[in-house]
Amino acid sequence: MSSLYEEINAPLASDIPIRRVTINVNGEARTANVEPRLLLAHLLRQGFKLTGTHSGCDTTSCGACTVLFDGRPIKSCTMFAVQADGHDVQTVEGLASASELHPLQEGFKQEHALQCGFCTPGMMMAAKALLEENLNPTEDEIRWALSGNLCRCTGYQNIVKAVLWAAEKMRAELN
Amino acid sequence: MSLDEVKIGGMGASRRRVEDNRFIRGKGNYVDDIVLPGMLHMEILRSPVAHARIKSIDTSAAWDVPGVRLVLTGEMMAARNLAWMPTLSYDTAAVLATDKVRFQGQEVCAVIADDPYIAKDACGKIVVDYEILPPIVNPVQAAAPDAVQIRDDKAGQVGNKIFDWEIGDKARTDKAFQDADVVSKIELHYPRTHPSPMETCGSLADYDRATGKLTVYLTTQAPHIVRAAVAMVAELPEQNIRIVSPDIGGGFGNKVPIYPGYVVAILASILTEKPVKWIEDKTGNLTSTGFGRDVYLKGEMALRKDGKILGVRMNTISDHGAFFADAQPSKFKIGLMHSAFAAYDIPTAHMFATGYYTNKAPGGVAYRCSFRVTEAMFFQERMVQAAADDLGMDQAEFRRVNFVKDEQHPHRTAFGFLTDSGQYEKCLDIGLEAIGYKNFAAEKAEAAKRGRLLGIGISTMTEPLGAGNSREYDILGIKMFDSAELRIHMSGKAILRTGSRGQGTGHETTWAQIVAHELGIPADDILVEEGDTDTAPFGMGTYASRSTPVAGAAIAMVARKVRAKARKLAAHLLEVSEEDIEWELGRFYVRGNQERGVTIQDCAMAAYSNMPDGMEPGLENVAYYDPPNLTWPFACYIAKIEIDPETGVWDVLQFVAVDDCGVRINPMIVEGQIMGGLTEAYAMANMQYQTYDEEGNIIGGNYMDFLLPTAWETPGFELYEVVTPCPHHPIGAKGVGECATVGGPAAFVNAVMDALKDKGVRNIDMPLMPNRVYEALTTGKDVYGMPPVRSGN
Repeated sequence: MSSLYEEINAPLASDIPIRRVTINVNGEARTANVEPRLLLAHLLRQGFKLTGTHSGCDTTSCGACTVLFDGRPIKSCTMFAVQADGHDVQTVEGLASASELHPLQEGFKQEHALQCGFCTPGMMMAAKALLEENLNPTEDEIRWALSGNLCRCTGYQNIVKAVLWAAEKMRAELN
Repeated sequence: MSLDEVKIGGMGASRRRVEDNRFIRGKGNYVDDIVLPGMLHMEILRSPVAHARIKSIDTSAAWDVPGVRLVLTGEMMAARNLAWMPTLSYDTAAVLATDKVRFQGQEVCAVIADDPYIAKDACGKIVVDYEILPPIVNPVQAAAPDAVQIRDDKAGQVGNKIFDWEIGDKARTDKAFQDADVVSKIELHYPRTHPSPMETCGSLADYDRATGKLTVYLTTQAPHIVRAAVAMVAELPEQNIRIVSPDIGGGFGNKVPIYPGYVVAILASILTEKPVKWIEDKTGNLTSTGFGRDVYLKGEMALRKDGKILGVRMNTISDHGAFFADAQPSKFKIGLMHSAFAAYDIPTAHMFATGYYTNKAPGGVAYRCSFRVTEAMFFQERMVQAAADDLGMDQAEFRRVNFVKDEQHPHRTAFGFLTDSGQYEKCLDIGLEAIGYKNFAAEKAEAAKRGRLLGIGISTMTEPLGAGNSREYDILGIKMFDSAELRIHMSGKAILRTGSRGQGTGHETTWAQIVAHELGIPADDILVEEGDTDTAPFGMGTYASRSTPVAGAAIAMVARKVRAKARKLAAHLLEVSEEDIEWELGRFYVRGNQERGVTIQDCAMAAYSNMPDGMEPGLENVAYYDPPNLTWPFACYIAKIEIDPETGVWDVLQFVAVDDCGVRINPMIVEGQIMGGLTEAYAMANMQYQTYDEEGNIIGGNYMDFLLPTAWETPGFELYEVVTPCPHHPIGAKGVGECATVGGPAAFVNAVMDALKDKGVRNIDMPLMPNRVYEALTTGKDVYGMPPVRSGN
């Protein structure tokens, strides 16, 4: 955010404290002034303009807002931005490198594991956490790892296939 | 010489999706992702009670919250003649409540502020004084003679009944029942549910006073209908209204209606002269936007001893909530409920339907189906199983005896529809073979030794998809056609725009495949654009599986118009007369000399650089398509389940789906649609319902109460295909996106009932939660109606 010019729209109520947070987002230190009640999902989306993290249910149920917090999948709609101060956060925007897609991204396209795309970023982040621990998961292990992420379009079968596809590619890349 | 159609991404290619490129990178563009300079945020205050008179509203404390720009009440809407709006079923619905609140979750006030947190804070400062009225939460209460009238706002409204409606031949059906050897009866409730797309509804309204232009980014499956409605309601000139439906995070019918939030956000933008964004939360979505189903179904079947069906009677009572806002395009009060039994050769049928107001969320939508087809097919297949059981006949054989035979098409159903094609028995045979039907008795006996109950459930149905034809289908008087506009650039690349609006259904991919099929232009060279009313031709949008049947047909037709002009250009380039020109995919050549030809790309270049004298330059056209009939896909779904009698838990051992949706444009996408639909069918059979307690509190207003299946419980599905081309569709395609949601639930329920057949149980209403199965199993009695709400005390 530019510090050159920032209009203060409304007079802030004096009793709202503002906290400065620095979060390592996709490998880049990002600093912002936030109200303590601001949710991490909203800081990512509105503050940092990383709109790939979606708000689905606001109640930790649907998983559309899943990001990796110090490598663990969490639902960013139920974490305050101030809780992330000093931590690592990975979002869908950090999956691909400049030139190459992540194998999960390729796998999701290849196996038709998405339709409307709304749950997809959260699904891929949850799957990434699984594959970082276990590069050879069974179908059941994948289904369990993704059971905190709801999808309404695909029926999951192809999502499971996509994760298997990515795991295979990642294993091949290791060899 | 000729192109390989699959290689260029034409018909039949499982082409990977174009839209995925942005979605997998987190670069989708949903309404909530759009940011405009100076944008304000709106929150809605909803009613906490189901039925109450509003005595007063005090918004002064909300106005005092720093950052609040506007607080809107029903009275302020009324001053601008916007407190009520028309529904899609010729009723009215409240935008912001003025006189009464009529359901829990109803929109009462709106706050517009600098950020959504401030807006929500300020909503909490509004004081509404309610005088509580008795709530009505089901049709029985609604019909009671002393029931309080919910719609006392409507002149001429008596009681809470919305309509009585009937169809069919009553006298002939009565006679069929007199002649019957056996009469089989069944009584069901199809519970209220919600389409619940992952993305909720929302809009971003941007009114520019300088130009008079209103631009609204909006979660809608039908942007042109919204434009027409806004022109009517807001009295703005249509050319100054631009509705943009960007990426839609799932619709399933939920995003067809026009909701109060959209209207209020538009007015707020006009009043504040700033863009106003409204994004509904999940509870708002589940408690106030279009639900599905909520119908009580009763019926009977007249049967001959040898298994022939002689006639059917149906009776439906539907619960519409506080406003009659069914989002359906037909002239029939209960939608296409009378498409029931279309797959069966039944001489006569009669249906009587009644609809009621209740203090529940309004706006029944066709949740992943043509309107009421899901209830119709569920009733049909539960009735068929009950009849087969009553006759002591094998359930597959009973279907075989009564199916409309292939050669009987076109076939007029007892309720008046015209089915035009299908191979029902072939689909059934494939399904039975795949599920191992012959060995099932042995398998069941084997499982019984382990103390488990096995059941097999069949659901076979043909359903009407793809409204409409203009004779019978319209919305607010606008006929149910659709459109496509195709422009070929001089390099032979193209842009295609349609009046449909995908919502995860892959239009950007498949629409290009239809053009590739018709013109031989590689699909990768065709950009597909939808959803912006300033650029797309007028169309009625995407629901009821109508995109491929209607817009898809328009695409084939516009491509053919373009090809007809390209033929003239080819004749000019090849210096022969048009009659001597032949076509093969992507290329014209001189008859008798296949070597001498020009490609479609050559013709495109000539259209801009070398046209014959007197020919209008350019290569583009537009087509509006009014289909002659609905399309009639057929499906056979078979579930094999196992019940643990100790707990009532049932597991799906195998599920087979045989779908005949005509010619498949992109088989991968078709299969994706079927698997998604089957998952929603499984959800419905198992867990996904909404109910209300006696005070009218909704149960199922968040994802803790409203259960959707996850990857963990969702079973795998085996898919098979049969192709019977649609005789009237230009490329032989039929709708498919909804067959599985429509036909699937009965397969699961029939399977559980089959397993319980020896226990004296005839019916358990959905959801078949383990405790309900256990109750039926241990008492030997049916389980009817909604699961009771357990109160805290």
